[in-house]
Amino acid sequence: MPQYHQFDAIVVGAGGAGLMAALHASRSVKTAVISKLYPTRSHTGTAQGGISAALGNLEEDHWEWHAYDTIKGGDFLCDQDAVEIMCREAIDAVIELEHMGLPFDRTPDGRIAQRRFGGHTNNITKKPVMRACHAADRTGHMILQTLYQQCIKQNVTFFDEFQVVDVLVENGVCNGVVAVELATGEIHVFHSKATLIATGGFGKMWKVTSNAHSLTGDLPAALLRRGLPLEDMEFFQFHPTGIYKLGILLSEAARGEGAVFINGKGERFMARYMPTLKDLAPRDICSRCIYQEIREGRGVDGKDYVYLDFRPEVINRYFEEDGNPKRVDAHYLEQKLPDIIEFARVYLGVDPITQPVPIQPTAHYAMGGIPTTNDAEVLADETGRIVEGLYAAGEVACVSVHGANRLGTNSLVDLVVFGKRGGVRMAEYAKQASFRPINYDTAAKEGAAQLDRIRNNNGTERPSAIRKELQALMDDKVGVYRTGAGLEEALDHIRDLQARFRRIRIDDKGYKWNTDLMEAWELGNLLDLAEVTAYSALWRQESRGGHYREDYPYRDDTNFLKHSMVWKDGKLEIRSKPVRITRYPPEERKY
Amino acid sequence: MKVTLKIKRFNPEVDKKPHWESYTVDVEPTDRVLDALHEVKWSIDGTLALRRSCAHGICGSDAMRINGRNMLACKALVKDVAKDGVITVEPILGLPVVKDLIVDMAPFFAHYRAIMPYLVNNDPPPERERLQSPEDRARYDDTTKCILCACCTTSCPSFWARGEYVGPAAIVQAHRFIFDSRDQAAEERLRILSEPDGVWRCRTVFNCTEACPRGIQVTKAIGEVKEALRTGVIR
Repeated sequence: MPQYHQFDAIVVGAGGAGLMAALHASRSVKTAVISKLYPTRSHTGTAQGGISAALGNLEEDHWEWHAYDTIKGGDFLCDQDAVEIMCREAIDAVIELEHMGLPFDRTPDGRIAQRRFGGHTNNITKKPVMRACHAADRTGHMILQTLYQQCIKQNVTFFDEFQVVDVLVENGVCNGVVAVELATGEIHVFHSKATLIATGGFGKMWKVTSNAHSLTGDLPAALLRRGLPLEDMEFFQFHPTGIYKLGILLSEAARGEGAVFINGKGERFMARYMPTLKDLAPRDICSRCIYQEIREGRGVDGKDYVYLDFRPEVINRYFEEDGNPKRVDAHYLEQKLPDIIEFARVYLGVDPITQPVPIQPTAHYAMGGIPTTNDAEVLADETGRIVEGLYAAGEVACVSVHGANRLGTNSLVDLVVFGKRGGVRMAEYAKQASFRPINYDTAAKEGAAQLDRIRNNNGTERPSAIRKELQALMDDKVGVYRTGAGLEEALDHIRDLQARFRRIRIDDKGYKWNTDLMEAWELGNLLDLAEVTAYSALWRQESRGGHYREDYPYRDDTNFLKHSMVWKDGKLEIRSKPVRITRYPPEERKY
Repeated sequence: MKVTLKIKRFNPEVDKKPHWESYTVDVEPTDRVLDALHEVKWSIDGTLALRRSCAHGICGSDAMRINGRNMLACKALVKDVAKDGVITVEPILGLPVVKDLIVDMAPFFAHYRAIMPYLVNNDPPPERERLQSPEDRARYDDTTKCILCACCTTSCPSFWARGEYVGPAAIVQAHRFIFDSRDQAAEERLRILSEPDGVWRCRTVFNCTEACPRGIQVTKAIGEVKEALRTGVIR
């Protein structure tokens, strides 16, 4: 029998954005958090290098500089009013995290320590600036732990290991969600006045990715099925420093501490492409430069990888060359980058203190997602109409503060700032709204039917084989470099995979902890989002930020200074909306 | 290489008690045990149930007993654990098995919650950050690494003998706050840990330290909490 619950506010997802929203909403309304993982398993915990805020603890900095860097980093596709909000409020957000107990690294005088990160600059000298507040290279871990601790302190209600399968959106209003309790297979209907989605990214459509197995885009896909659009889905970030073949992330903090890229000929090639910022150029640029080196035969041993080199003597040599007085030693690096040094040792058998580390770009971050206002309200269309009672924040949302390419550290800034704004706004709304009647039985039946269709499907295709094929296809055709012809092939192939997905068969027909069933259901979501991604990428006939079209190698502000929005009603439909520009006019992007 | 995974299986909808099944899969020596388990699940038997997420030792989902020792399946490489081509995998001990490699984590998290795992500071916050010297920050650095995977607690004989014992993970979490210069609730946490199912159940077996995938000196941290209780001094 389905179970029923009623809460003023429901938060789906328990990473940084979800917990921040829950903390703020639960101060004034009855709130519950639903997550398919235990909260501390959320992917925020794997964020490494830092969270930027113009505290100016170590050198001059201003939030306006942070805003300009973010907008330029995003190749001028960011909505600038949203970026200004984010960078201004980042300062208070970081202080708030410290007050909650976050163990930031400290300066000698006891303030929050900051370091350099890609694309973050002193706007006058154009040189890197120390803006990234950090706790060693486990900043995301500490944010996630700290927010969860505060939720315990505040007695927030959690439904752990519940998978939301449907969002009850009808006639422009959201009245809750339907979830399956993983341990029992039982259906639960959650009736709410306000619902906030904070389920993170969907990088599992690629093979080489830094993303967790659980990042399958379940909620954006659910909204797509409910007739809502997704924004800027063509923009997915490929982080330059994934561990070769595995895709596990090695933080940009390594380069913030002085590490450099080295090609097969032993050259520090970024100095050739980006003479000012060099190895600290934004991620989209570094990833393309790595592939350029590989294409021109300068990969290591002629293969498809280059080195990230952070041996102390190498770092110090280039510090000297760059006129930077700083020097590092092995002990310092072990203190500042313990986790990523261990990743290289465990997974590659390479010791970064004495050997360079083989790396390749890895699918990392969704700039696009569920379109929202600056208060995390979900948009129903390109005119600014909102879906009443529905909110989204963090990576799953597209505000848009990252535009066509996100700067390092800004994911954490985004999730605390907009998680909080969303939590506050949903509580304000829930306080004055009343519960609308819903049909519990229909909601429960439709949720159960989605799963039963897969459980009882009598086909021949193995979901794992389809997933593997999708991931290889996306790496090949919808990666760092794209072409119109390749994207058309990808779309055809994805649709073929969708047809095969309708003929799957799973082994586990049970109810309790049926991960076979849940993985298959997640695959359906990935396929839908992959289709939207390839479709949006085909539409955007220009190169901007993380989206690079070899057949259209330049940015085209005349035709494409706008956001894409895609609906799926049987077939896909694309529309667009303008970019909001305040005080930073688009200019050529040079570093 | 070919490797045989000997896995302890239990399906609550079918089985009366757990049983062992063996599966032979083709993997790279440098693959993770998690990759090998996925190969079983994705190519041979989809009913195999396990938790996993990040797959690189940070989220803490996939603690399991591999060749009799607690590890994260995503941090153990096949080449390092296979013995004569065989790897045995079973759920962590001391928590109720729900299905295959999945255990009920509720008792573990209840112990975690019991030690007040959050900063308590009742002074009005300053406008900017509270100051903390690098030395004071370093004092509790090791215990901030904990990912709540339960490798330590479920390797502890005292916990196996008595599930009411708060266990190493909860003590590690308490340590993280007791030794944080910004916190004001050390006394209360120490009182909780001085109760019969608190820190004194630790018999200094060091299993926890060996099991910790984050390299935390768990037994040392527990010793420091004991010392604080004995002397009434936190340093």
